[in-house]
Amino acid sequence: VTSVARPAVGRPKRTALRVPDWLLPWASVVGVLLLFDLLPRIGVLPRDHFPPISETLSTLGEQLREGPFWEAVGNTLQGWALGLAIAAGLAIPIGIVVGSSRMLYRAVRGVIEFLRPIPSVALIPLAILIYGTGLESKVFLAAFASFWQLLVATLYGVQDVDPVATDTARSFGFSRTQRLFRVTLPSAIPYIATGLRIASAVSLILTVTAELVIGSAGLGRSINIARSGGNEELMYALILTTGILGLLLNAIFVRAERRVLHWHPSQRPREAGA
Amino acid sequence: VTAQRQRLVATALEVTVPILLLVAWGVASSGSGTYYFPPLTDILSTFADTWLFERVGSDVVPSLVRMGAGFGIAVVVSISAGLLLGLSPRARRAAAPIVEFLRAIPPPALLPFAILVIGVGNSMKVFIIAFVCIWPILLNTIDGVTGVDPTLRDTTRVYGVSTRDRLWRVMLPAASPQIFAGMRTSLSLALILMVISEMVASTNGIGYFVLQSQRTFAIPEMWSGILLLGILGYTLNGAFVLIERRMLRWHRGARASALG
Repeated sequence: VTSVARPAVGRPKRTALRVPDWLLPWASVVGVLLLFDLLPRIGVLPRDHFPPISETLSTLGEQLREGPFWEAVGNTLQGWALGLAIAAGLAIPIGIVVGSSRMLYRAVRGVIEFLRPIPSVALIPLAILIYGTGLESKVFLAAFASFWQLLVATLYGVQDVDPVATDTARSFGFSRTQRLFRVTLPSAIPYIATGLRIASAVSLILTVTAELVIGSAGLGRSINIARSGGNEELMYALILTTGILGLLLNAIFVRAERRVLHWHPSQRPREAGA
Repeated sequence: VTAQRQRLVATALEVTVPILLLVAWGVASSGSGTYYFPPLTDILSTFADTWLFERVGSDVVPSLVRMGAGFGIAVVVSISAGLLLGLSPRARRAAAPIVEFLRAIPPPALLPFAILVIGVGNSMKVFIIAFVCIWPILLNTIDGVTGVDPTLRDTTRVYGVSTRDRLWRVMLPAASPQIFAGMRTSLSLALILMVISEMVASTNGIGYFVLQSQRTFAIPEMWSGILLLGILGYTLNGAFVLIERRMLRWHRGARASALG
């Protein structure tokens, strides 16, 4: 019966001209690159706004040998790292304490629910007032924004501990600290790891925002300067750099997660794709 | 009895703590001579003067229109694209690297690009809001569509349901819980990008107002703007949750009954 279940429904078979599946991602990347190289050259896209991508890439290649470029990358990474570290240092302990006590959780839940949706960028003027236009502003904004991501992730994680596991540990005479380190934390860590990955992206976004809006040194400011200086190739090269940075940081967190959580069911091989 | 009492105490705490914090802010700032942290009462009275309703037409409405337009465009584009990609594994494979890369770019980094190509007007802001809001909805739509129960898929095929009906009546509803989750993420992104784009290049809007107040050292005005953005973020999120609950009532109902 199954052999006749699918008659001529669906697309007809085209064996010729069919790009093999493994080649598809590469084909599309090359295709897009070619498109953005050719369209400006033949005048479909205005060339002064869209330099051919090969020129942007060669600018990026030149930049890789320049000191100021790496300085900007370093400044951005510094803001990202400090913001994320401060957020993690505050949010994870607070999340564990608040999440382990029902009373405490109920007491602050309303406050968290109110503060969390506030767009962190609303605080940009305040950051300028208090911290000026340097590194501190950047770090403050990045830390503030990633704090909520991490706090909520930690709270979820701590509350999602299997009550049977806690009760078992309790009846076997585990102390409060032992329960924390042997039961609560291990089961909360996957949530915290995911929270860290998202918080890392948020921290990068806020760092670049601060550089762009406030003018703290870093990639964001360099992009803006390249634009106002009419250096389009450099502007695009720097935007590409922020994207590559975003990809790299995300990849690092995914790998670290996999290493640390290799024992956890969420890391078992799944259907590829999605 | 103790459990009941505990619950009562917890509820009482949940109500009183935020109020206490607000009172504490009011008291702590009341005698404050610090320039940057004006008394809460000053902020509130400035808030009333500024936002009820003097600047609603000149700043709040333009901001909300930009945000709504950008978000609306993102919803339409990303759900359609998500359905297409969700239905075709090959298209999904081909699009994956492009989507991953565009999504990894910190959105504000695209502002200079948008200013260069589109200019500093409204369409630039709408573009940047839409561009950023697309990714969460797109990825969630794809997830939702690929997660549709294969039995359901095959059943509609066997019964000869037309492609259009399949999309509208099977795929879209089945993916809607995930689509809504993506839309909620995007909504907060829309607010953020609205503020940033107005801070970088605008002559009106809430973001512009807040930064301008800071630059002219109109500190209570600045605080009132921050407060407004907070209220806006909270209300938008709350309103969206309500809508989501209403639209997905059938889903929760169906799941509850399926679970017994």
